[in-house]
Amino acid sequence: MSVVFWKELADHFSSRRFMILLIIIVLSGLWAAYATGQAIRQNTDTVPTQYVFLLLLTSSGETLFSLATFLGFFGPLVGITLGFDSISGEYARGTLSRVLSQPIFRDSLINGKFFAGLATVAVLWGSILLLVIGLGITLLGFPPNAEELWRMIIFTIVGIFYVGFWLALATLFSLLFQKTVTAALASMAVWLFLSLFVAVISSAMAGMVVPDATTPEAITRRTDIENVIGRISPGTLFNESVGILLNPAARVFGLALQSQAEGILPTPLALDQSLTLIWPHITTIFALVAVCFGISYIIFMRAEIRA
Amino acid sequence: MSAVVDTKNLTKRYREKLAVNSLNLAVEEGEIFGFLGPNGAGKTTTILMLLGLTEPTSGNVSVCGFDPTLQSLEVKKRVGYLPENPGFYDDISARENLLYMARLNRIPEDEAQRRTSQVLDQVGLSEDGRRLVGEYSRGMKQRLGIAEVLIKKPQAIILDEPTLGIDPDGAIRILELIKDLNRQHGLTVLLSSHQLQQVQQICNRVGIIVKGRLIVQGEMDELGKSILKGRNWNFLLDVSGNTDGLERDLQSIKGVDEIEKRTHGWFLRCTRDVRAEMIAVVSRRGLNLLQLRSEDPTLEEIYLKYFREA
Repeated sequence: MSVVFWKELADHFSSRRFMILLIIIVLSGLWAAYATGQAIRQNTDTVPTQYVFLLLLTSSGETLFSLATFLGFFGPLVGITLGFDSISGEYARGTLSRVLSQPIFRDSLINGKFFAGLATVAVLWGSILLLVIGLGITLLGFPPNAEELWRMIIFTIVGIFYVGFWLALATLFSLLFQKTVTAALASMAVWLFLSLFVAVISSAMAGMVVPDATTPEAITRRTDIENVIGRISPGTLFNESVGILLNPAARVFGLALQSQAEGILPTPLALDQSLTLIWPHITTIFALVAVCFGISYIIFMRAEIRA
Repeated sequence: MSAVVDTKNLTKRYREKLAVNSLNLAVEEGEIFGFLGPNGAGKTTTILMLLGLTEPTSGNVSVCGFDPTLQSLEVKKRVGYLPENPGFYDDISARENLLYMARLNRIPEDEAQRRTSQVLDQVGLSEDGRRLVGEYSRGMKQRLGIAEVLIKKPQAIILDEPTLGIDPDGAIRILELIKDLNRQHGLTVLLSSHQLQQVQQICNRVGIIVKGRLIVQGEMDELGKSILKGRNWNFLLDVSGNTDGLERDLQSIKGVDEIEKRTHGWFLRCTRDVRAEMIAVVSRRGLNLLQLRSEDPTLEEIYLKYFREA
């Protein structure tokens, strides 16, 4: 497997595709972090004193989106770009049957490819985070504290697996469709559906279940239903977990009734408390990756490899 | 001599279609076996089953003594496979392509470097080794494919349509290369083709597969004999001079069934080889022999007949 892994990793890093992604991500990431940092510097009196570093990631400042939102949006594209031709590309070049007639287990190929993709994502994500931290230290004048660092590291791990889901999905499609273009389009279709239409569908369905949302209870109920349906999309799972993870003050998803919020001290949550809150989300993301990859694995192991 | 490839009632069914139908194939060690058949006869499917790249519906396969379905790794360690239209990673050089395959075979790095140079030399590509494969011509790619098959030092190689789409000169060079490998290294070769006239000159034995069934299998000359057995001997005879009465004389030769006058000469249907007698008749009558030709179907025509029946 390691042979395939290193070959694929080298391929990824030397490909033009990766270069383009890297430039887009680094530039937009730096820009978002810089704009946010400047905004924080100028409004020091209104900015909460704790966890300023995390604000670099979550606050949108004067830009359109925060870095976390940007990564949540762009991550799937990275996953799809790295994965959509992993098997179908080999097939189209006619190299698949040659590689598989070498004495390697079939799963070494698909594992190697998948983990090389994941490693590439990790390098991308890790480097952008390091850039942001570096920029943050320059802009703010102090380093992140341990808690912030931990939250960022966990954010990175969750992010890698979130992109990993799209990588696994694209790999699956590249296996199902022998044409690279079809695989890419199918992955994009799923991505569009999950990121745009699920939101529409979930609010429509919640509106059907709770048609008359006038009382606070009804409004909360409607939001809850909307959230639950919205969690079909891994994007929602990611955004929600990031929202909790990078904002220690957040303690609920969606809305809370005044009666529920009563008596809660406005103190930030400890890291393990935040983690407890998003544990189901993280587990689901991991499970989605495993399921997607598992399906590709099973299909690939039994597939007939014709040149 | 033991069988390198041995199949028993090998069958592969795709939904309704029977692609390979109880195939019994035996390839002996050290021979070049030609696996002949028209397009879509089941040649590639059979080869895929030999390598464990697809599972047989029923029947048994043994390659180098291993079952490719269950012990595909053992088979792939010993057998090199060159698919039809082999593809390479176009954006890296030929050497790097070979090195990747060598690494997949777990050949240590310095040994891999050495073998890469050696096999490139063997197939006559040593000067182009550092060029990108994207710049290669078809014939060069095919030779690179053979180089790559050799890098694992296989016991046997399986080549699927090695001469497909290559100009006659290139095809001959590839066939000569295969022949050399077989002679010098004792490599067992199984090659599939539909171009009979090309491959029959290098094969020790051939098997003809049509519609998934192996029709005949055997040594080239034997096969010719068995196919030609029970045939009629047909000759065309042309002479100059006074030919009155010649027809009657010919008719009296034992074994001559029928004589037919053609524009040039006579066409004789016989039950045995009567050439010697015919020449004796011609010379006794003082005639000049212009031509005496066997009008029998050639081996190729017989193959064609088989193929058409499908």
